[in-house]
Formats: sequence, structure tokens, C-alpha cells
Amino acid sequence: MGVATRPAFGTLRLDGLQRDFGALNALKGLDLTIRQGEFIALLGPSGCGKSTALNCIAGLLPLTGGSIWLDDRRIDTLRPEERGFGMVFQNYALFPHLTARRNIGFGLRMRGVAKPELDRRVDAAIAMVRLESQSEKLPGQMSGGQQQRVAIARAVVVEPPLVLMDEPLSNLDAKLRIEMRQEIRRIHNQLGTTTVYVTHDQEEALSLADRIVVLRDGRIRQVGAPEELYARPAHLDVAEFMGYRTRLAGRILARDGAFLTVDLGFGQLQGVEAAPIAGDTALLALRPDDLQPVADSAPHLLACVEAVEFIGREFHGVARSAQGDALHFRATARPALGEMLCLGADPQRVLAYPDAQP
Amino acid sequence: MRRTLIDRLWSTALWTLVGFFIVNLLALIGTVVVSSFATRWLRSWLPADWTLRWYAAAWNEFQLGDVLLTTFQVVLAVVALSAIFGVPAAYALARRDFPGKRLAMLLLLLPMLVPPVTYGIPLATVLYQTGLGGSMAGVILANLVPSIPFVVLVMIPFIEQIDPRIEAAARVFGAGTGRLFVHVLLPLLAPGVMAALLLVLVRTIAMFELTFLTAGPTSQTLVVALYYAVFASGVRAVQSIDAMAVIYMGVTLVWLLIALRFVNPTQLVGRSKRSG
Amino acid sequence: MTSRERLAARGVDGVTLLVLPAVALLVLLFVYPFLYGLFLSFRPKDGSLLGNYARFFDDPFFRDTIWVTMRLALPVTLLNLLLALPIALRVRHLRRQRLLITVLVLPITLGTVLVSEGMLNYFGPQGWFSRTLMLLGVISAPVKLVQSYTGVFLSLLITGFPFTFLLTLSYVTGIDPALEQAGATLGAGPARRFRHVLLPLLLPGLAITFCLSFVQAYSVLPSAVLVGDPSRATRVISIAAYQAAIEEYDYAMASTVALIMGATQLAVVGMALGLRGLLYRGPAGGAKG
Repeated sequence: MGVATRPAFGTLRLDGLQRDFGALNALKGLDLTIRQGEFIALLGPSGCGKSTALNCIAGLLPLTGGSIWLDDRRIDTLRPEERGFGMVFQNYALFPHLTARRNIGFGLRMRGVAKPELDRRVDAAIAMVRLESQSEKLPGQMSGGQQQRVAIARAVVVEPPLVLMDEPLSNLDAKLRIEMRQEIRRIHNQLGTTTVYVTHDQEEALSLADRIVVLRDGRIRQVGAPEELYARPAHLDVAEFMGYRTRLAGRILARDGAFLTVDLGFGQLQGVEAAPIAGDTALLALRPDDLQPVADSAPHLLACVEAVEFIGREFHGVARSAQGDALHFRATARPALGEMLCLGADPQRVLAYPDAQP
Repeated sequence: MRRTLIDRLWSTALWTLVGFFIVNLLALIGTVVVSSFATRWLRSWLPADWTLRWYAAAWNEFQLGDVLLTTFQVVLAVVALSAIFGVPAAYALARRDFPGKRLAMLLLLLPMLVPPVTYGIPLATVLYQTGLGGSMAGVILANLVPSIPFVVLVMIPFIEQIDPRIEAAARVFGAGTGRLFVHVLLPLLAPGVMAALLLVLVRTIAMFELTFLTAGPTSQTLVVALYYAVFASGVRAVQSIDAMAVIYMGVTLVWLLIALRFVNPTQLVGRSKRSG
Repeated sequence: MTSRERLAARGVDGVTLLVLPAVALLVLLFVYPFLYGLFLSFRPKDGSLLGNYARFFDDPFFRDTIWVTMRLALPVTLLNLLLALPIALRVRHLRRQRLLITVLVLPITLGTVLVSEGMLNYFGPQGWFSRTLMLLGVISAPVKLVQSYTGVFLSLLITGFPFTFLLTLSYVTGIDPALEQAGATLGAGPARRFRHVLLPLLLPGLAITFCLSFVQAYSVLPSAVLVGDPSRATRVISIAAYQAAIEEYDYAMASTVALIMGATQLAVVGMALGLRGLLYRGPAGGAKG
């Protein structure tokens, strides 16, 4: 079995990956080049094909089209056990009959690593995920966070060229999730592995990844660094995914370079053209953080406060326009329910998209 | 208060009924045991005196050595073959959706829904025509008909509750099909296979109809030999038949007790506790 | 896409093939004999196509076995079910169920032959049962409960009740206790909780239990011979089939009787399942997941 241990590789290239399930096309031609040492997040809503893509890379699902290349070596024809990758599964998929230590050592055993070296590497991995006192326990006797650590150690101990992670944090509670997020990034940096990480949580993707790949309906919508995606989503649906919760349709009144003035019917707002707009209508997308109460002398939108929640330091509010649009905003003082508010935003932070999506 | 009184009466009535049933059941079994140790037992509560000689008599008269040997050979063969045929089939049915799966499931359910006598007679006819009737091979084949479906039906839920991602994990970490089987599947399936096979074992020891219809003089199992002995009672002393019945009981109960350490008793009637 | 990939997309691959040996063996040992029996039943000794069936329905010696069997199997099955349900509803709250269940598993595991052997003595005129009744003054002369309809009835009760009970219990414990608690908080007393919550959820399972228990009782063989009156009152249909096969070597007739046995019993099972089709059959575990 041709399992290599940490072969130096330059790039992993996905070339037109396709995967059909009967009539359903889960992946419709995915092209992506991943450089060694990168942390890539595949981000998208459920059913977008991100897990399918990961399983195809792992070899657990055969492709129905396209190819996968590790530098000049075509690997999509190899069986999963011949690829030598590491993988962290969504519910960990720890072997229930093996102790934490033997779970972690499984990959090395399969590779025929000699006992002294195996022990040394497993010990190092256990120390890395800080499980020294738990190593003789069975998975069923461990907490979710501990199982997660075992799963991560099991995946990285073989020093694989590529570590695949399939929503590894989705079963953990909020506090543990943030802790494990830092842990995963620390291990990635410490070992210098290449990681492909699947998630539907944009916060996770933004905080972990070097590059984020946003998928939708089996296609790539946008690839970019977290800050790039956060500030300039290329499509309205990517914007929605990045937390642009307020969406307002209006007519373009004026253009000034990239800036547009849009009439929404209950006020006017200036924004940046985030994608080329051909017609004279536009959809504006805003984050809650960027919409705030302003003095009525400034350009503003008028809306009635419908719900308020305290989120620590600030208030998150929802206001309803006369036309029925929901506006998510932030305020430093608690707005009164039913109050008519003037809301405004920095034009730089308001993104305008064509109103009919391609 | 009225409700609780009615409730208590109702409860008492039910427990009395259960108690009555169990007392009679145990007394019935006790009768057989007592009789097997009795020198003479007529017109009295208890026998006149006690003896062990009926066991020796039964052993010789009914050639119990041969019968027991046949029984174990048949049962072991049925258990082994049920595992070889049943476990892989259960794995395929639990893990894959394929055209014809419903038909395959129906085929596996039918032998459990149709009573053994109904299919046992045509089966015995075919076996006698092919020359297998009356032989041990015929008895084993006949007993496979309910046993394989039983193994499959017990194993399917067991396999389904093993996450397929565990197998995926083993592959990703470098285990080929052979090592996947040895290091992961075998240890995970072992408890389920063990339970299913113990159940088959207990059921096959007690399976009367199919063995009765297909067995010849040299291929009788214990339960069939016991039937013939009771059927022809009058020829032999009652105590000697009872001694044989006690031996049969002993054989069955030893395995039942072993089985009960690993399975839920409800599974003996073909249903796991986890209802769905 | 190659044909192999196309098959794989539909779920057919190496693993799927593992089902084939078991299926093939069952076709050979179950389906084929059945079809062969069907074929044989139309080739009676007298040469006419329907001769065997005509003989069965003309000769009261054969025809009446259906009635005799029904008369035994139906009341016993219903009685078992009627006893099993309230007891199962009690037992589910019991913490130490296992001992009770283990005792009840005994007659199932030991089988009808052993139970019959025990009954011959126990329920005989000099048996402990009769003696106890006399001691209590319930009867004045010894009773003999075997070699009669009652004997077979009792044997079917002794082996059938535990079977019915264990199946019923598995359905009863499958019902989420929270559903009954919800009924209670909404103001339903025990009787109405049973009527409106438990019973509707249990009925489909009870229908299945009825079918499986009935099939067991309908195919009664050893006890009908050993503790019954096998030439008259308990000459059940399986005795007729057995005699045709083993005593007359008339395999065609034996297969005919076996098939009629299967058909009549399926008719009852079909009716029960047909009624079940009218019932709610969703999960009984609450709406979680």
C-alpha cells in the first residue's frame, strides 16, 4: 500500500470535480488550487455540496467527473486508504472499541510504523491535544470535547499532507466551540499541515481560514481571504451568508463613481456597487452593526422599532419600515418599542447588488 | 380515594393472575423433575421413594448419547451456516439501498411469518426426492430456513447503529478491506453476532416441527426423540421418559442461561426491545 | 459513466452482492419447495387436476380440520392477547422486569413437546393440579384435563401466553412515557389515557402480535397429538398434513393440506393486517427527531 508520510507537496488541485447522486448534481465542476500550508474553509449552507467535496477529496465518494491532483500525481483513482490523508469527522467517528491511545495510533499501525516510534508519536500527539490523563479511556467514557481532541490527534499524528475536517465543531456547545477553534488553529500552525475545513458557520470560517471558499448549489460562488469576503461579498447570497441581514430593494437615483444613491420609498441610502448593476433598480445589503440611529438631519430611513434584545455592550433591534421591510440595527441606548427611529449607515458599508440574481 | 382503590384491586387481580400462571408453570416443570427421580409415583403427592436409575435407563433405552451427539452436530452446523449466510446479508441490507431490496426483505421475513409445518411439508417432500430426506444434511438445511432470516433480522438494527463513518475513518487512516474487517468490523459486530447466534442455538435445540418432518431414525435431535418417546408412552416407564425430558431441559436451560447473559429475553420471540 | 459506476450510483456494488448467498439459499429451500408443493398439489394420485382439493373439501375428515383448528387457535390467541395487554401495561412500570421475563421465556424455550410431557402428569387425574383443587374443595372427584380439547387449549395458553406477552411488552415499552404524562397534565384519567393515548398507539403493534401468535397457535402439532384428542376433537389441520405425508406417503395430498393450511391462516392474518391498515402507524416515541 503506497501510504507516504508527509511527502512535500506544492499544490493540491481540484479540476472540475463533479458528483451526481442519481439525478441530483451535488457538485457541478469544482475548480480549486490549494497551496501547501494553507487553511481553507469550505463554507456554505447545508446541501451546497461542501461535505460532498470533502468526501470526494478523501476518496470516500467516487467522482462522477473531473480529477484531483497532488502536484503531478493524479489521486482521484486511489482508494481512501491509499491517499494517506487525515480526516476529522463530524461526529468524530472514533472507534468505540479502542482506547483514546489506540484510536490515535490506528493510522500509524496501519502504516506499519514500528512500536517505539509509534509510541513516541502517539505520546506527542496526546500531549499536543492535552489528553495525557485520559489516554486509556474508551470514547464512550469521554466528553464531547475530549472525543474531539482524540479525533484531531488521530488525524494529525500520521503527519498527513492534508487534513480534512468535516464540521468538526458542530456537536459542541458554544463555549467549547470557541476553545476548540483556537486549538485547531494552533495545531495547524504548529505542524504546518494543509487543512481543508468544512463548515456552515461563517464565524468559524472567518476566524480560522486563510482562504474561504463559498459554495452554493454545487458551485463556487466566491473565493477569498476572510477580510475580503467580509467586506466585499461578490454576490447577494454570499453577503447574506456573511451576516448582511437587512436587504432592501429600491430604485437608483444617482451614480457617483462606485457610489449609488438609492430611493427605498421610505427614505434614501447611499451605497457602493458591490457587483455590476445594469438596470436602474438595486438591492442593498447591510449588516446590523452598520445600521444605527442617526440625527434626523442626516440622510436616514424611518422605521418603527418592533423588537429589541440586549446583546452585551449594545442593543440589537429590528425595526419595520412603512413598506414592511425588516431592518436590523444596533444601538447603544435601549430604543423604546413602537418608537419611530431615524436609521443611517456609512455609504462605504452599504453594498448594492443587481436586483435580479443571475 | 375511590380511584386508588379500584386501581389497587385491578393491580392485585393482575398480579394474582401472573402469580397463578407462574406457579402452575413451575409446578408443571417440577412434576417432570420429581417424576424422573421417583421409584414409584401413583396416587400420592410425592413419590414413594427416590432413585437415579431412570437416567441410566433413559440413556440406554433412547440411545441418548447418539441423540445428543446428533443434536449438537445439527445445532452447531445450523449456527455456523446461519452466521456465514446471514451476517453478510444483514450487512448488505443495513448498509445499501438497492433495487430489489424490498423483495429481498420480504423473502427474509416470510419464513418467520409462515409456520414451520406449512413450508416444512413441501420442503420435506423436496428433500426426500433429492435423497437428503432423513439425513442429517436434510435436517440442517431445513433448520436454516428460519435461522438465516432470524440472524438477518437481529443483525440489521445492530449494524445500522454502527456509524458508517467509523468504517470511513478506518479507510481514510489506511485500512484496506481486509484490515478494516479484522480491526474494526469484527470487534464491533462481535457482540451482535454472538447474541444472534446464541438465539439461533436456543431456537434450533427447541425446533420441533422442521426436524420432525425431515429427520430419519439416525438424524433425530433431542426434542424429536422426546416426542417419539412421549408419543409411544406405555412402551417405556413414564419416569424414564421424564428423565429424558429433564436431560432435554438441562441442555436447553444451560444455553438459555448463557444466552440471557448477552441478549434481552424479548429477542427470543424475534423482536428487539428497541421497538420501532 | 461506466455501467459499473451507474450500478454503484443506484447502490449496487460489492457489498450489495453479500446479500445474494442468503437469498439464493432461501429461494432454494423456501420458495422452490413452496412452488413445487403447489405444482404437486395439482397432480393427485387419481390424475385429475383438482382431485386433491376436491378430496379435502368433500371429506369431512379433512374439511373439518379447518374448523377444529380455528376453534382452538382463535379463542386462545384472543385470550392470550387480552391477558397480555393489561399485564404488560403493569409490568412496564416494574423495575425488576428481567426475572419475570426470564421465567416467562422458559415455556417458549422448552417448547411444546416438553410442556405436553409435563402436562400429561400435572393436569392428569392424579396430578398436582387436580389434587390441589380437591384439597381446596373446588372439585370432589379427580379431573383429567388432558387428552381433550381443554388439554390442547391449556398447552397453547402455557406456551402462547408468554410469547404474546413478550411481544406486547416490547410494543408497550416502545411508547414514550412522556406521551402518557402529557395526557395526564391535560386532564385525562388512567382510563381515558388508555383509551385515547395508549390504545391508538398500541393497536398496530397488537395487530402484529395477534398475527404472530395466531400463526403459532394455528400450526399446533405436538401438543394436539400428545395432550389432545388427535383423532377427533383436536384433529387439527397440521395433523392431517402430517399423516398424509408420513403415514400415507401421499406427498401430493400432504402438500395440498399444507397449502390450504397456509391459505386459511393467511386469510385470518390478512384480515387482521387489513384492519391494521386503517390505523395510525407512525412513531410512538413522541415527535423528537
